[in-house]
Amino acid sequence: MLRSALKLALIQRSVAVYNLKEGVRPSLASVVRLNQQHYASTAAKTQERDVEPEPEKPPKPKVVQEEVEAEVEAAPSAGTKSFGFGMFMGQVAPEQVFPFPEVLDEEQKEFLQMLVDPVDKFFQEQNDALKNDMIEKVDDPTMQGLKEMGAFGLQVPQKLGGLGLSNTQYARLVEIVGEYDLGVGITLGAHQSIGFKGILIAGNPEQKAKYLPKLATGETVAAFCLTEPASGSDASSIKTRAVLSDDGKHFILNGGKIWISNGGLAEIFTVFAQTPLPDGKGGTKDKVTAFIVERSFGGVTNGPPEKKMGIKASNTAEVYFEDVKIPLENVLGEVGGGFKIAMHILNNGRFGMAAALSGTMKGVIKKAADHAAARTQFGEKIHKFGAIQEKLARMAMMQYVTESMAYMISANMDQGSKDFQLEAAISKIYGSEAAWFATDEAIQILGGMGYMRDCGVERVMRDLRIFRIFEGTNDILRLFVALTGIQFAGKNLQELQRALKNPLSNMGVISAAATKRIKRKLGLSSGPSLQQYVDPSLSSQSTQVSKAIDQFGGTIEDVLMKHGKKIIEQQFLLKRVADAAIDIYGMVAVLSRASRSIQRGDKTADYEKMICTVFCNEASERVTSNLATATSGKNDFKLMRDIAEEVVQKNQVVQDHPLGF
Amino acid sequence: MWPIFDYGRFVSIISSSDVYGVVWMRSLAQLHKMANLRVLVGVKRVIDYAVKIRVKPDNSGVVTDGVKHSMNPFCEIAMEEAVRLKEKKLAKEIIAVSCGPAQAQETIRTALAMGADRGIHVEVTGKEYENMTPLHVSKIMAKLAQDQEANLVILGKQSIDGDNNQTGQMTAALLDWPQATFASEVTKENDHLKVVREIDGGLETVKVTLPAVITADLRLNEPRYATLPNIMKAKKKKIAKHKAADFGVDLTPTLEVVGVEDPPVRQAGQKVESTEELVAKLKDSGVV
Repeated sequence: MLRSALKLALIQRSVAVYNLKEGVRPSLASVVRLNQQHYASTAAKTQERDVEPEPEKPPKPKVVQEEVEAEVEAAPSAGTKSFGFGMFMGQVAPEQVFPFPEVLDEEQKEFLQMLVDPVDKFFQEQNDALKNDMIEKVDDPTMQGLKEMGAFGLQVPQKLGGLGLSNTQYARLVEIVGEYDLGVGITLGAHQSIGFKGILIAGNPEQKAKYLPKLATGETVAAFCLTEPASGSDASSIKTRAVLSDDGKHFILNGGKIWISNGGLAEIFTVFAQTPLPDGKGGTKDKVTAFIVERSFGGVTNGPPEKKMGIKASNTAEVYFEDVKIPLENVLGEVGGGFKIAMHILNNGRFGMAAALSGTMKGVIKKAADHAAARTQFGEKIHKFGAIQEKLARMAMMQYVTESMAYMISANMDQGSKDFQLEAAISKIYGSEAAWFATDEAIQILGGMGYMRDCGVERVMRDLRIFRIFEGTNDILRLFVALTGIQFAGKNLQELQRALKNPLSNMGVISAAATKRIKRKLGLSSGPSLQQYVDPSLSSQSTQVSKAIDQFGGTIEDVLMKHGKKIIEQQFLLKRVADAAIDIYGMVAVLSRASRSIQRGDKTADYEKMICTVFCNEASERVTSNLATATSGKNDFKLMRDIAEEVVQKNQVVQDHPLGF
Repeated sequence: MWPIFDYGRFVSIISSSDVYGVVWMRSLAQLHKMANLRVLVGVKRVIDYAVKIRVKPDNSGVVTDGVKHSMNPFCEIAMEEAVRLKEKKLAKEIIAVSCGPAQAQETIRTALAMGADRGIHVEVTGKEYENMTPLHVSKIMAKLAQDQEANLVILGKQSIDGDNNQTGQMTAALLDWPQATFASEVTKENDHLKVVREIDGGLETVKVTLPAVITADLRLNEPRYATLPNIMKAKKKKIAKHKAADFGVDLTPTLEVVGVEDPPVRQAGQKVESTEELVAKLKDSGVV
């Protein structure tokens, strides 16, 4: 008891430190801020919220209140049903993941089924991805066809001229787009997944009625304008500004945005700009506000289409705003609330990327499998060779994981979950890397043929590369996943801290926590059980996941104790934490889905069981290894940092040439 | 303005009594009804054209379970032509008909999304459907054409699964209506339709008086895509459900499928080094 009390005191100390406001480097703080929270600047408020058992909060100034809300959104309350958050505490929140969520009723399913074939057919017969790639735009007849098809307003409510699809229905259709042409996918995605999503989720009824009908039919095209030359991942550092006109009737917008998808086509722009707001001390402070800007307001221009590596069919351009007069009613959401809206939009769109990429993978797997079955070398069909088999198996496995994540998240969103940001970020990271891997391997299987343009896979490879970069780079999203989760766990450790202040009346809580820790340290803990949710035939995989979650929760506690507030600077470590989180979520997604297939007696149940088994076997090993590296004193983080620093200093590789010159 | 009256019923009343009257009334009525055609279009659900067909292990047929199906391409062309007639204000109503299992409704829905006004599903399932022949379908179509008082039936020239190329012809025969098969162009001229037909080695132009049966060839038009908003609207359109017996059609098989086989696999060739060797091999195999 004494020992455990001692350990808890340690936790208490580190948690207290962790929540201190000072000493966080601003550049890092902004990294986290990008991802939906004001981590560094709101610690004081966090404490204020957490220490008291929450009676009625005194009314706060609007801006502050919103900031708190934005933060709460990033790290939900302890009662969240999100599996992603739960695992950071070493717990299983089963509700959203077991059984595999199903949200479509019969009618929705039937309707969706009717939509699938025509969309598929359109892409097979009308769209020519290679041509679009070559002419660097979506061919006019295809563009017109897509508009008539209704593809520009998939999620706009029916009464406003769209199809009113749920997230799950939307995912199923963009999966088809992803299979055939990611360039078209970006054109459509930049329009509705981010371009006018802000109007859809934050617009008032008048804004919706005014803009959505024309956007839904593609009569007007939308674009999302956030990124600037000096503001990429650090999105809150944008320079574009909008100030109230002297007569108070307009905002006057000035600035420039870069790499804007649909920037050269769009009529309607969702623009993020700094607006000065009173700081309560007689001065002003800039805060980001979102605006709906029409090209027809005047002063909106764009540069020529950028020359890109891939997604060439989509238009990417710089967009400039010069004294653009924006009527007050075109503020989206509230003045100063733009950052939250931007993150909301991006967060809401990520599942769609995972869905699209699962389609992309399906497409390249088809080509690779077809070739492997037909190609003879050394007197054998090449699919008989282990070298090829392993590739195909991994490709199929990663596709299955991506697809399972995408539809699990879309279902959670349709169920009304608000805390899906970790899962959504994980699906974007995993999907974009899985698709890259699968396409790379598809080209490898196809050999020289895959390298040729006409085969159509090299274009996919080029198109795919951007998915690891845009809408939150995978590196930033990894930090986001790790830090948001850790912050959540840290907050909950504070509960313990509070309990420790009054140990006698909280003995139960304290000893439970202490026992858990000790068991874990001694390797006796098997973690939270999943057996009741998983088909018995997958019980050893379910054990692996339990163990992984337990290890994970333990690691989070350990690193919090060890690094305290400085955890935010430990990017080598955070990357490994994020990788473990991604693997655990992947395992749970496939365990849940394969269990459903087995229990329903699906025809592909045995196949899915094989995939689930291999994935869990490998992923659980990766989790162990990543967590060990993260906490080990013997890792190479420092060496790598030093190597990088030397390279940067020299601006090239450092060593002398082996030949001496 | 011509008064609105029911042409089909009118003809049936007077046709038994006054042959000349019929002729006269027909030409009168045709002027009126050109703008008021009720078009019956057959839409068959078949294995999608892009699917690689596999024969069942017991050679009783081809594998259809879990295989993608869609509307027969020639039926799509027929439907498109009907929609164009309606867009040109030559037709007032389009009825899409499909005979087949429950999933045939999906095919009808596609037709509704393309522009048909309502659908009729004649449900035929299991063994009965497997043994259904063009004669059965023709009898149903003919009966429906009369019941629905259609004055134009447009069908695909054939379905890509059975390749029978009989339904249009037999429907016309059963109705005793003129037929214009393998149409590659349909235009309205005064009181009749001018149809350009694709025949061996060229084109033939025929005039048909109405009511008539037309079968669509490949080059008649390029069917539109069913757009998602139209699919959504099509949900509200009605599909009436019937059994073959409702039309007094007996589905007792008139033929039996004895076996279905894959085309023979092409035999591997041999490489020869010289013309002498080639000639020798040909002689050996008795070809020369």
